[in-house]
Amino acid sequence: MPERSAITFVEARRRLEAKNKAPRDKRMPLAEAAALVRDGDHIAIGGCLYSRTPTLLLREVLRQRRRDVVLSRSLLCYEGELFLAAGACSEIVTSWVGIGLPWGLSRIVREFVEGGNARFEEWSHLAIGMRYHAAAMGVPFLPTLSMLGSDLRRTTGAKTMTCPFTGEQVCLVPALHPHVALIHVHRADPFGNAQIEGYPHMDADIAAAAQTVVLSAEEIVDPDEIRRTADRTVIPFFAVDAVVHAPFGAYPHEMYGLYDVDLDHIDAYAKRVAAEGVAGARAYLDEWVYGPETTDAYFGKFGVDRLERQRRAARDLIGRRT
Amino acid sequence: MTGPNADYTASELLTVSASRLLADGTVVFAGVGTPLLASALARATHAPGLTVVIEGGSIGLEVAPGNLPISTNEMRGARRAVALPSITQIFLYAQRGFFDYGFLGGAQIDPYGNINTSIIGAVERPRVRLPGSGGACDIACLCREILIVTRHERRRFVERLDFVTSPGQIDGGRGRRGAGLLFGRVTAVLTDLALMDFGGASGRMRVAALQPGAEPSQVKEQTGFDLEIASDARRLEPPTEGELRTLRGLDPSRVFL
Repeated sequence: MPERSAITFVEARRRLEAKNKAPRDKRMPLAEAAALVRDGDHIAIGGCLYSRTPTLLLREVLRQRRRDVVLSRSLLCYEGELFLAAGACSEIVTSWVGIGLPWGLSRIVREFVEGGNARFEEWSHLAIGMRYHAAAMGVPFLPTLSMLGSDLRRTTGAKTMTCPFTGEQVCLVPALHPHVALIHVHRADPFGNAQIEGYPHMDADIAAAAQTVVLSAEEIVDPDEIRRTADRTVIPFFAVDAVVHAPFGAYPHEMYGLYDVDLDHIDAYAKRVAAEGVAGARAYLDEWVYGPETTDAYFGKFGVDRLERQRRAARDLIGRRT
Repeated sequence: MTGPNADYTASELLTVSASRLLADGTVVFAGVGTPLLASALARATHAPGLTVVIEGGSIGLEVAPGNLPISTNEMRGARRAVALPSITQIFLYAQRGFFDYGFLGGAQIDPYGNINTSIIGAVERPRVRLPGSGGACDIACLCREILIVTRHERRRFVERLDFVTSPGQIDGGRGRRGAGLLFGRVTAVLTDLALMDFGGASGRMRVAALQPGAEPSQVKEQTGFDLEIASDARRLEPPTEGELRTLRGLDPSRVFL
């Protein structure tokens, strides 16, 4: 059955109607923005796998020792492992979990789920997208032709119905309204108008679906710059509650055109977890999440040369578009 | 090595034979690894008009030799793409019917081409929690021709699945239609030993052709269910030198080969 923390579409609509939609400066420090996440919240994570992950926001949520959160994402990377190992989360909603082909199965997810200590609610990739999309549209469900004939339809509690117009069978997936969406973008103005380069992933839908939206941005720009390039805006300000200026906010994951994924860092993490399991993930948390008290201290551990190397790699791959 | 005199590896054989399944002028929904390599090889050989799509949201990508994407949603997968739509939109193009081929692999495959990449054991308390569907279930439901490409191992080819993540032919016959799947079917199960299809009367998987060097007994031995060998089973052509040269050029450090 759908995860315990889901908000109904009626409640989501009422809460949205009650929100202050006046354009206002929503910039705030990272810690204050991350504190908008409460214990027990359903957090939808923007980006996909190791691309455009809101790493700094997630790191801060972990530092604030949140409990009982539910994580949902299109494809869940090792941030899911960190939340499980930290005791912050015992329920994940996604279509796939892991780092990538070369790294094999997630040992942490296996230990938690096979041990009965965490729930992995699996939907197909399109079904996750349609659930966010239904919520973003303000409707309680959407039909799809996917998941018909799959056991996922049964285990998720998705329904089938006969189309009232054609008589054909369709699968219905329920809207997913997260409590909070954490999203990292290339640029935003202080009001929260946000632009993304490269893959849009599911972020625009997540932003419209969530009750509270926390944005971090590589760059904060003047609203006039947004007005000059309005066709590039994918999240309008009225969906956004907090804006955090966060250069390298996705690192060590990739930011399209800006910096490449730091596979050395990910490899080192994966080796630690392969060798030590949950203890390895907890050691990583101590060293990289709880240890460095500030963002500067965190990036200091990587070093300027490393960050510059990853910037150059991205320029070689794509180059800045603007 | 496959066969006594072969100068190519099993994964090279698999990738080359997979590339030959892709017709020019079509659209292929490819995952990373063997499917993407096979697609890139097809474009470089017999199918220059093949359009490659990956699920992170990239249409018409042209991978850089030696710099292949590891995930389906990273910058390397966007190289020279003509469009970068959202993930949901990519799958909606599949649902609309734009994609001729969808590649699938799988931890477990049954005699009807159904695939499990979710759970070994019981749903509530899995013995092995696999990574999950990702886009596999969507590809199986929504693409016109489903191509299953995998190494031929007895532990993979099993009579019964604990969990059906991606529907193949369901139970043969009108199984897909009965489940509400109006479109698409599994047209090929390709391994390093054989090319299989569902063209027989039983609707079960059967060997339509053998890879070079593979013997029927070896194929049966490496399959965990009773596998029919078609009376007119062919022998596939080995990779040409040109195909191997191009393929090795695409992945010179053998990340996926």
